[in-house]
This record gives sequence, C-alpha cells and structure tokens, in this order.
Amino acid sequence: MTTPYDFANLKETASQTAGPYVHIGMAPGVAGFDIFEKNFSNVMVAPATQGERITIEGIIYDGSGTPVRDVLVEAWQANAAGRYNHPADTQDKPLDASFRGWGRACSDFETGVFRFETVKPGQVIGREGRPMAPHVSLWIVARGINVGLHTRMYFDDEVEANKVDPVLNLIEWEKRRKTLIARREKRGAETVYRYEIQLQGENETVFFDI
Amino acid sequence: MIEAPAAKPAEFNQRDWGIHPPALTPGYKTSVLRSPRNALISLQNSLSEITAPVFSPDELGPQDNDLIMNYAKTGLPIGERIIVHGFVRDELGRPVKNALVEVWQANAGGRYRHKNDRYLAPIDPNFGGCGRMLTDANGYYYYRTIKPGPYPFRNRINDWRPSHIHYALSGDGWAQRLITQMYFEGDPLIPQCPMLAGIPSEEAVRGLIALQDRNAFVQLDSRAYRFDIVLRGARATLFENRVSGAPA
Repeated sequence: MTTPYDFANLKETASQTAGPYVHIGMAPGVAGFDIFEKNFSNVMVAPATQGERITIEGIIYDGSGTPVRDVLVEAWQANAAGRYNHPADTQDKPLDASFRGWGRACSDFETGVFRFETVKPGQVIGREGRPMAPHVSLWIVARGINVGLHTRMYFDDEVEANKVDPVLNLIEWEKRRKTLIARREKRGAETVYRYEIQLQGENETVFFDI
Repeated sequence: MIEAPAAKPAEFNQRDWGIHPPALTPGYKTSVLRSPRNALISLQNSLSEITAPVFSPDELGPQDNDLIMNYAKTGLPIGERIIVHGFVRDELGRPVKNALVEVWQANAGGRYRHKNDRYLAPIDPNFGGCGRMLTDANGYYYYRTIKPGPYPFRNRINDWRPSHIHYALSGDGWAQRLITQMYFEGDPLIPQCPMLAGIPSEEAVRGLIALQDRNAFVQLDSRAYRFDIVLRGARATLFENRVSGAPA
C-alpha cells in the first residue's frame, strides 16, 4: 500500500464577518435584484418529499433584546427516515430523492423573522451507536458575527428522545439545554416549530464548536 | 492504510481558534451585542457535522462565475477588469472538490447593489456584484469581475473598508462551512481595517490578501489575482463504524 499524498499541515483560512450585504451573494432576491436562474431558498421540500411537513420559524435577538434583522441562517438535517443526503452517511435507511436537507433563510428586514419549510427529521445514529434525537443543525452569519455560529434545534414533542440525546446531555447546565428546544404550535393546518435564538444575555443560546 | 482522496467518513480536526477573530472584537462595534459570552460547547463530530449539502453543476448558470457579464444590461460594467483564481484545499493539502464558492462585492465605486446600502457612490447599471462556482477535481476555482472600490462604513466616524470580495464556502462537511473576505495586495487601508485587526495572527491576515498573479493576466484585457483557501481537514483515522450507524 502506498500513501498517495504527502500530507501538508496548512492553517485554515481565517473567518471574517458576512457583513450587512451577505444577501447579495447568497440570496440576491432578498438584496433586491434578480440575477441567477436558479436560487437557493428556505423551501427545503418538494411535492414528492416524504415526511411530516413543518415550518421552522424564529427570531434571533442581540444582547439588547433587539431582533437581528440582517441575519442569514442555514439549516442542515436528515430526511424523515433519519438519513443525510451525503455519501458519508451509510446508515441502512432510505434516501429521499426529493430532499437534500439543506436550506437558506434570511430574516425579514422589518420583523427579523426567518422561516424554513421542511420536514421533521428522523433520528440519526450518533457516536458509538447512540441514537441522537431528531434535530436540525443551524449556522448563523451576519454583520457583527466574526465566525459563523453553529447550533442545533431540537423538538419539544420528542421528550423521551431528547432526554437521552448525547449532545443535549453534554451540556452541563440543564437550564441551558432548553435554549435548543423549539416549541410546537398548530396554526390551522400548518405545524410550526418556533425557535428563538439569543446571541447574548441571560438566556444565551448554546453554540457549538464542531 | 491511508486513502487520502477517499470520501471516508472521518472527523474534522479540532478548529484552531488562534487564527480566527474572537466573537467579541470591540474595535468592530457591531460585534459587541452580537457576540455570545459563554464558551462554545465542544462536540465530537457525528454524522450531523461530517456531512453537508452536495451541489451539482446544473444548479448553476453558465455565467454565474462571470461578474463582468452576468448582470450586463446595456454595456460593460465600469472599473478594472480582473480575474481571481486559486485552489480550495483542506488542512492536509488535499483538494476540496465540488466545493460551492459564492462571492459578492461592491462595484468599482464602493457601492453594493443592496436595498440597505445608502452610500452616495452610484450603482452601476451593468454590475450585479455576485457570482458562484464549484471547484473542479483539483479544488480549483476562477471567476472574472471588476475590482471593488473601498467605501466608508459606520464604525468610528472615518473608518473605511479596504477593497475586498466576500466569500462563502461549502465543502464536504458542515464543520467546514466558512465565510471570509479576500483583500488586495498593497491596499493602504488593510493595516487600518477594524475587521482585520480582530484576527490575532499576522500570518492569518496575510492569508486573506490576494497577490497579483502576472502570469495569469489576460494580455491586453485583464489583470489577475491568486487567492487560495484552506478549509478544515478530516483526520485519516478509521472510525466510520462508530458514526455510520451500521453496528455489525
């Protein structure tokens, strides 16, 4: 067996803030113009997607309690069966050709509300074969955020799964675990999970170094 | 056995925080209320962190990496024509293939085509200011654009941003997601920039400055700049049975 590469030891490129105009590059329609034929969006489902349709909706607050109105959030999640649409996920579960599991949302410039239309993810196997409770990984970038913030959103109707989730249990302060749990609401036929994120302050959301 | 190019499930190296600006950099005032005060909780990678969205070339248009042409309406945009190119690699030096590279910038006068930008320099009717591309099998990317101008921003009352192009990168794993900015060699605003001043390592600042690349010029047409990017690398340890969820 030969080693085909002489491994280098390079340093990661330094992060810089996404700035106030992140929308131009990542969501030009939100910046106010139309340039690309196909755009990435906050609608993660197609008509054929399997699973329970849900809306994730929230507001991100700064340390003064003011909504952050120029934020961009990305979501990454497994499909309804609990499998990621990526070659590294070799779990014996079905892939869904109509679900990539990724979306990108911008907060409203007036209200600060962001929304994703998706399906509720299934459980994914975690390290050492321990199942993880259903969750959506979120990545938050904006003006004033120097390195994109990673967090996970869990579901308040998954009480038993959340109780044994290896990541939630890693958080020493039980009180802080609650910052990761979204609240299920019914609005007519729509199922909404409401998820408030506090960048700073008394109920600061748990952010991860992944 | 080491199989360097294989997409084997592997956990990413611990992030080296000594090269990134900390969350709180008071010289960049907006960071003060937008920076978490608690320590980040460190996670060992699971499938949620080592996977990421996969993009395909048919999602992009043929002019998406040509910022000179992709919003040209009545003529060419005004300003210095440049090509920017480079490689996206991981910390082990391996090419990051099929990475999504998204770029955005101000026009030659330092004005963004954005409803929230009110700087008095004019919008260029023929310039959008954004582009995107996927890296090839060698991790190589390139695009053509107009050199962006510097502009003032509200921080201290006479702070200016050096000319820069924003980058967002999506590689093989969610843990590699990165947003950064590329600067231009020789710009006198670089040493005074409050955003660059937040980076604790001089070497890391140098890594954000593109060098003029004379041999890549297009004669009688465009200058060129070279900008290489490094994303986090995944260790070549064999642990896939523990994360892949296929307990035998």
